[in-house]
Amino acid sequence: MAQKLTHLRESPSQTAGPYVHIGCTPNFAELNGVYPQDLGNVMKTGVVQGREITVTGTVFDGTGTPLRDAMIEIWQADAAGVYPGQAGCDPNFTGWGRSAGDMETGEFRFETVKPGQVGFRDGRMQAPHVTFWIVARGINIGLHTRMYFEDEAKANAIDPILSRIEHQVRVPTLLAKAQSDGHYRFDIHLQGPQETIFFDS
Amino acid sequence: MTGYVARDRRWQPDALTPAYKSSLKRSPQAALISFPTTISEETGPVFGHDILGPLDADLIHNFAADGASAIGPRIIVHGRVLDEFGRPVPNALVEVWQANAGGRYRHRKESYLAPLDPNFGGCGRFLTGEDGSYEFRTIQPGPYPWPNGPNDWRPAHIHFSVFGAAFAQRLITQMYFEGDPMIPLCPIVGVLNAKEAVEALVASLDMTRTVPMDARAYKFDIVLRGRRQTAFENRPEGM
Repeated sequence: MAQKLTHLRESPSQTAGPYVHIGCTPNFAELNGVYPQDLGNVMKTGVVQGREITVTGTVFDGTGTPLRDAMIEIWQADAAGVYPGQAGCDPNFTGWGRSAGDMETGEFRFETVKPGQVGFRDGRMQAPHVTFWIVARGINIGLHTRMYFEDEAKANAIDPILSRIEHQVRVPTLLAKAQSDGHYRFDIHLQGPQETIFFDS
Repeated sequence: MTGYVARDRRWQPDALTPAYKSSLKRSPQAALISFPTTISEETGPVFGHDILGPLDADLIHNFAADGASAIGPRIIVHGRVLDEFGRPVPNALVEVWQANAGGRYRHRKESYLAPLDPNFGGCGRFLTGEDGSYEFRTIQPGPYPWPNGPNDWRPAHIHFSVFGAAFAQRLITQMYFEGDPMIPLCPIVGVLNAKEAVEALVASLDMTRTVPMDARAYKFDIVLRGRRQTAFENRPEGM
């Protein structure tokens, strides 16, 4: 026997279920008139600094079927690599986006800016990235991943997190592909041969 | 070393939980890649009171016609949002959603035969106070059947989405009601490995906070990951 630890334990997670949109994007769920607008559907509240980009993608299950009941959230630094809320951040950029996905296709879409680089714990720089968090029916605890940029090969090669991944063959699952000017595609595979890398951080 | 305490993955549910069938094709199979939190996880969006409307924390009235109110047992749900060190988490945005008193959600994909309540929408939100406390009013939701096993029913529950001070603290969970005999039968509750983990999601009837002749009260505390604070800074070691 030993002394009892008095720390509390994190509340256990439970699935967001099939109706997460009622709570988090009620206007999307046709539950109108309660909130004026859904939170997180606008990331740029004015003229923003840096390069404006659009990020689209789809979340697929292990059979290749798109999820149409997911909620996807992103969190990222501004164009200068400053997180909103920190000194010197872009006042017209929220850094946080939330998407319910398209009602028919499940495709998510974020109108955002290309993030700048932020530091790692040891002072090295991390490659530009966007944090993703995915919840849905069948997902017991929110899935955390990151989107990096395929056209940032130099920064990606020395990124402290990407470079320590044992199975380098899986790293491309984290890379957004440039489509046309300012449009990046980032599909997420929950399972299967293209399974996206998910993090525990 | 500062940063957030690692998540206890033995306490939290696994991704693959076959009795909850939807998890089978939606669960990653490769190991999660671990790394200590960085600034990307240690920061997060901040929400102000300006986003809140006067009825956001009153589900009895926030969808109801003028002068009307939702049908069902009136309750107050209150509690505190704390971190693993017991510190209050102030200014945390909490969003809640639930079925109506008959167990029916207001959603186009919902097919349960129980009727909609024209005066009940089913969503609410609020920010915690300086001491991490919160309170909202609603009606007690009903249990309902769902397509999993041939005869599975969800215990009455309220969904909670919680933001802390950092994205590392982001959490979605469900609150159950003390004494509900459906709790141990539910495959979604059953994804939790420890009996104590289930108990951590069961709100207690709290007669001291009941408003006589108006609403009963349930107490539900929420714990988010803790931020380490120590005088000893470890030398960075790569990872």
